[in-house]
Amino acid sequence: MNATYNKEDKLLILEITEEIDHHTTEKIRRKADYEIERFSPKRTIFDFNKVTFMDSAGIGMLIGRYKLVTMLGGTMEMVHVKPSIMKIFEMCGIPKIIKVG
Amino acid sequence: MKGIYENYMKLEFASKSNNEAFARIAVAAFASQLDPSIEELADIKTAVSEAVTNCIIHGYEEKDGIVKIECMILANTISIEISDTGKGIEDIETAKEPLYTSKPDLERSGMGFTIMESFMDEMKVESVLGLGTKVTMKKMIKKEAKEESTYV
Ligand SMILES: Nc1ncnc2c1ncn2[C@@H]1O[C@H](COP(=O)(O)OP(=O)(O)O)[C@@H](O)[C@H]1O
Ligand SMILES: [Mg+2]
Repeated sequence: MNATYNKEDKLLILEITEEIDHHTTEKIRRKADYEIERFSPKRTIFDFNKVTFMDSAGIGMLIGRYKLVTMLGGTMEMVHVKPSIMKIFEMCGIPKIIKVG
Repeated sequence: MKGIYENYMKLEFASKSNNEAFARIAVAAFASQLDPSIEELADIKTAVSEAVTNCIIHGYEEKDGIVKIECMILANTISIEISDTGKGIEDIETAKEPLYTSKPDLERSGMGFTIMESFMDEMKVESVLGLGTKVTMKKMIKKEAKEESTYV
């Protein structure tokens, strides 16, 4: 995962670069929490451009990060989501809670 | 796995989380002989990942064990059986409910069975407390226009 922080906009972009499953979520979670807690961003974007696979482990992980981000007064969204992954987000009702595009 | 089939494979591997990717890719490679669409293949990969992860986290609770996968192809249908000899499920109906998880502390979503059920055509769960759990899933691969012949 790559992290980029824009100080002026208080914008944190977290680009996930691996497949998201139970095995990889632990590492993604640790790194994301570190960056979110460090900057307390106004806006956090998870960039899914490089994500080719995600199962329900990703849902649990993203909801956990959403809780942290909102607790710190920020917003969160997911961008560049592929159709096969969008299908999982929709099935889990994620677009009703978190902005997904 | 009983019954008649045109093709069959069996895999056994250690219940380690880094085998989750291996398992779904291996099953997808076996399924590809049915010429599935990209979407059908993605559905199969996701369902396999869910079932295998459940064996590792819930069946064996991240301790040593063996996860077994058997796949069978008959006509245009693939049957996938994924099993563990771990702790088993006490109440299968409750376990299958959307959002139900026995491990909310691990940030589980409780959507595994719901995803398996909707991404595959059939899903059956058998489990005996203390003996283990077996999930059987079936998916029919639809024949698409690409299969049609053209006569002049
Ligand atoms: N192989 C298994 N062995 C024991 N318990 C299982 C197994 N698979 C599923 N379960 C039980 O069913 C519940 C629901 O599973 P699932 O829908 O995949 O959600 P999650 O994995 O997020 O908890 C699990 O929390 C667990 O209690
Ligand atoms: Mg699960």
